[in-house]
Amino acid sequence: MTNPPVLDLLAKYDPLIAEHAGLLSTGIRDPFGIVMEKVLSPTEAIIKGRHTILLGTYNYMGMTFDADVIEAGRQALTDFGAGTTGSRVLNGTYQTHAACEEALKDFYGMSHAMVFSTGYQANLGMVSTLAGKGDFIILDADSHASIYDGCKMSNADIVRFRHNDVADLEKRLKRLPPEAGKLVVLEGVYSMLGDVAPLPELVAVAKAHGAMVLVDEAHGMGFFGEHGRGVYEEQGVADDVDFVVGTFSKSVGTVGGFCVSNHPKFEILRLVCRPYTFTASLPPAVIACSTTSIRKLMTAHDKRARLWEATRRLHGGLKARGFRLATDTPESAIVSVLMPDQETTALMWSTLIELGVYVNMSRPPATPAGVFLLRCSICALHSDEQIDIVLAKFEQAAQMAQLALHEHA
Amino acid sequence: MTDRATVYARIIELIEPLNTKKVALTEATSFAGDMEMDSLTVMDLVASMEDEWDIMIPLNLLPDLETIGQVADAVAGLVAKKG
Repeated sequence: MTNPPVLDLLAKYDPLIAEHAGLLSTGIRDPFGIVMEKVLSPTEAIIKGRHTILLGTYNYMGMTFDADVIEAGRQALTDFGAGTTGSRVLNGTYQTHAACEEALKDFYGMSHAMVFSTGYQANLGMVSTLAGKGDFIILDADSHASIYDGCKMSNADIVRFRHNDVADLEKRLKRLPPEAGKLVVLEGVYSMLGDVAPLPELVAVAKAHGAMVLVDEAHGMGFFGEHGRGVYEEQGVADDVDFVVGTFSKSVGTVGGFCVSNHPKFEILRLVCRPYTFTASLPPAVIACSTTSIRKLMTAHDKRARLWEATRRLHGGLKARGFRLATDTPESAIVSVLMPDQETTALMWSTLIELGVYVNMSRPPATPAGVFLLRCSICALHSDEQIDIVLAKFEQAAQMAQLALHEHA
Repeated sequence: MTDRATVYARIIELIEPLNTKKVALTEATSFAGDMEMDSLTVMDLVASMEDEWDIMIPLNLLPDLETIGQVADAVAGLVAKKG
């Protein structure tokens, strides 16, 4: 007996393979294949032998090379070993993990904190565990993939409202049965366009329809609000937000995710949240670095001010040079430059990397509504000189890529 | 009274501006396969249908709604249920 021919399961990706090959055949560098040969600081690396300014790493507060953070990690590596080899609910909770959750509780002024192994898992776990069969999840159309995937994994009914549109959220909430459980999922900062949510209005509408509210502050932690808790703090809605999800891989400078809450039954989630339970916990060194970083971020007022200053310099400089930006004013530490099409975006990106500037290239479906972007994220440690170099390189790249710039009004 | 034929006709009108490949639209035309719509476009289209008939089509139903005919059945059913 001979076996039947094996059907290639990867054949469904042939169109994407062809598209990617087509992009590279124009001679440009692979935007999704960058290798950092050396990382010199939070703002500089060596890429293909070239000294490169990093402007697309979400390393907002520049904590990756902080001396105290590194020392804490070194100590934990020596004291607790390289990894935990276990789940948080079995052998994977060390004193370091408990200390990290204490730091989060202090940072957010909340009574419960749960640390996940990645930010993706934090959203995946919280969204899928909070809403079950018969419940409704109402999410913003521009939500991060981790939120969409959490919806998919839940057994809830999923309702999507137009991005940051309060009236649209209200209209959709009105169609839901009043007796059903509801979770409204929002983000403080949306990472593609760098725009900020009108949380007071959105949260008020959610509460008026009896919904619980989860806010993802991945791109807001560290520099929004008096204590750096995020957009929800800055906009004064802390009392009406039931769950805050965040990540360590942006302002904190490591990797990991978390949820904080004052809900009295919160601790039970450790036993029912599968992306928390069925995976190994973070290595002690990562956790110790995170704890130290979180505690330092509590009082990092100077860095916050510097981050906003550098962001305004970049945003204003690009605008003055005629680039089209996703937000009219700098709303967050993400400055997204609007591009006309895939080819120009790829060429601009490739030219910038050759000129020693790394930004993110973003395209559909990661971006909303068919938008192509060159996305810049600013670090508190970017100097004015670095920002000015970046601005000059952007101008030079636009010329080389024949990107039409607009007269500044 | 909104019958299925009326629903179907209006759905075709809603799809037409998004039919960039200019595919012939029939009951059996599929969104992803024939019209090559990406998931975001499909979700936006669903939102416009929700508003058209003031109904709710949860996103988790979408995997079962591959063709225009299937969507017309689902919408007609939801409209009828609403009364």
